[in-house]
Amino acid sequence: MKVHEYQARGLMEEAGIPVPPSEVLDSADQALAAYDRLGEKTVVVKAQVHAGGRGKAGYVKLVSSAQEAAEHAQRMFAEPMVSKQTGPEGIQVRKILMAGAVDIAKEYYLGIVVDRVRRVPVMMASAEGGVEIEEVAARDPDAIKKAWFHPHLGLQRFQANVLAAAIGLSGDKAKAAVGIMLKMAKLFLAKDCSLAEINPLIETPTGEILAIDAKFNFDDNATFRHPDVQALFDPHEEDAAELRAKEFDLSYIALDGNIGCLVNGAGLAMSTMDIIKLHGGEPANFLDVGGSVTTEGAVEAFKIILADEKVKAVLVNIFGGIAKCDVIAGALITAAKEVGFKVPVVVRLEGTNVEIARQMLKDANLPQLKPAGDLTDAAKQVCACV
Amino acid sequence: MSILVDANTRVICQGITGKAGAFHTTQCLEYGTKVVGGCTPGKGGMKSEHGLPVFNTCHEAVAETGADASMLFVPAPFAAGALMEAADAGIRVVVLITEGVPTLDMVKARKYLDDKGVKLVGPNCPGVITPGQCKIGIMPGYIHKPPANGTKNVGIISRSGTLTYEAVWQCTERGYAQSTCVGIGGDPVKGLNFIELLEMFENDPETHAIVMIGEIGGTDEEQAAAYIQANVSKPVVAFIAGQTAPPGKRMGHAGAIISGGEGTAQSKIAALKEAGITVSDSPATIGEALAKVLS
Repeated sequence: MKVHEYQARGLMEEAGIPVPPSEVLDSADQALAAYDRLGEKTVVVKAQVHAGGRGKAGYVKLVSSAQEAAEHAQRMFAEPMVSKQTGPEGIQVRKILMAGAVDIAKEYYLGIVVDRVRRVPVMMASAEGGVEIEEVAARDPDAIKKAWFHPHLGLQRFQANVLAAAIGLSGDKAKAAVGIMLKMAKLFLAKDCSLAEINPLIETPTGEILAIDAKFNFDDNATFRHPDVQALFDPHEEDAAELRAKEFDLSYIALDGNIGCLVNGAGLAMSTMDIIKLHGGEPANFLDVGGSVTTEGAVEAFKIILADEKVKAVLVNIFGGIAKCDVIAGALITAAKEVGFKVPVVVRLEGTNVEIARQMLKDANLPQLKPAGDLTDAAKQVCACV
Repeated sequence: MSILVDANTRVICQGITGKAGAFHTTQCLEYGTKVVGGCTPGKGGMKSEHGLPVFNTCHEAVAETGADASMLFVPAPFAAGALMEAADAGIRVVVLITEGVPTLDMVKARKYLDDKGVKLVGPNCPGVITPGQCKIGIMPGYIHKPPANGTKNVGIISRSGTLTYEAVWQCTERGYAQSTCVGIGGDPVKGLNFIELLEMFENDPETHAIVMIGEIGGTDEEQAAAYIQANVSKPVVAFIAGQTAPPGKRMGHAGAIISGGEGTAQSKIAALKEAGITVSDSPATIGEALAKVLS
């Protein structure tokens, strides 16, 4: 789960990490008063959306008067932001962050993730802040210093000391950075983050250390024990179809192609997309109906897939294990009757009771349901339909 | 022979009185697994619907039944605790089926398990099966082919569930038996990984070839490729799911995500091919690729 920048700032403030004062707007008419409260000449106005590319899209602006702030806020709220990451329809801005611009002497990077190889959290620090850390990693991996920390003990002060020194900080500045690192690590463990990133962490000309921008992601599997984190969830940032799928325990991700997929199991669902592509087609979605396919789930899955107007054919690929093929065939027939298939649906079933299932599909005599022999046959058939 | 579990493995089910735990205990018993009891806190002293003894704690279950393996159907918030309990009670192999366990819970539990020397399979996995001997998990038993005199036997390691069944079925249809199949699960932090299992299969005299099924996310497959090149003499066939997956999206499994340019199928396939490993382009040709390397 992702949160907005203004929410990440809130979390940092709570944790005692120094961030410059800011204001959050729900509407453009709050901009004048917010500018006055900030009491700075130069103020940055930033649209609060999860998608990147805000700067290039004109949704991060430096302003030097209340009037100018209000004008930009007005525009950002009125026109959806279109960037590389949003798609052509863009995304509606619902919150704006305003903060006094800070003089920057130097920019640093701090980040924490779980290292999948070592299976422990790792704190990363770099003297090359303000740019994407992936860029730094690709250009000069040695510029990123790392400290792996014990999940029970947390980041130790000595580790933070080493990191601070490694990115060129000393004296009071190092002390301040160490304090921030320790608080960040505590926050990461306490709130079940999957990513905690301060970029940039800056040094002012007077030697102050401040967090200017931050990104926090949370482990979806752990939000159940953090009602405060759940409260930060912004459904507007999610794809409506993906949210709807989640309600029915379906895992759905919309893609750009025209062949819908309905599969049981995530790995099989991914490889079904792959085999479609291999035979010259383009998958319209990823959809995992889960290990046990219910009639209700299948009906809902079809509704979601067929709501996508790009879809010209559907491939159903089910390996019946504990979920028996005849039960799945029954669910498919019910779904066909309830939803009404307007496009061809190629069905590949394998596994428990597959013979009964094939007979059921045959007897149902639904012209749009096309049984396939094996997976390759299914992929070829469905690609030929579009 | 086999790895991890065999006909002598004595299994308890943690969460045996729950719906999924009870159902799959039945399935495992029908397959022939020696399930010897179960635990559910607060229900000690009763009998499960299978007539097996239920204990309050793993310690009692191990003391009374001599169990050395455990199958866990414990709800995600309590899974890490149950894992550590099993490890503390002296269980040797723990199989955690549960999906949705918080990553940091797994990070912490792993530290504990590693200290105890316990082998964990999962979480978010179908489990482990040694065909004809012992099934601990939710996979359909009948698709597997037990080794017999003269069969070529395949060891299977996979991050996926149903895709594993797909691979198993392709092997079985072509007459290849399976020594052991291990679904290691789709989470970012898990128990046994490719490398540990590759080593076990390499050392198992009755495993003749290995099928390895990976997917997007992380760098486990790249590391496995390097390990195979240096240490594995048996033929290996690999398949990587998610060649068409978009970056930044979690594809069903918590660990199946391309982030920061890392974890793409292309990178994994390239690493495997570079290490001289046969990679099947299609999920439908795993059996065919295996036939080629075994001929």
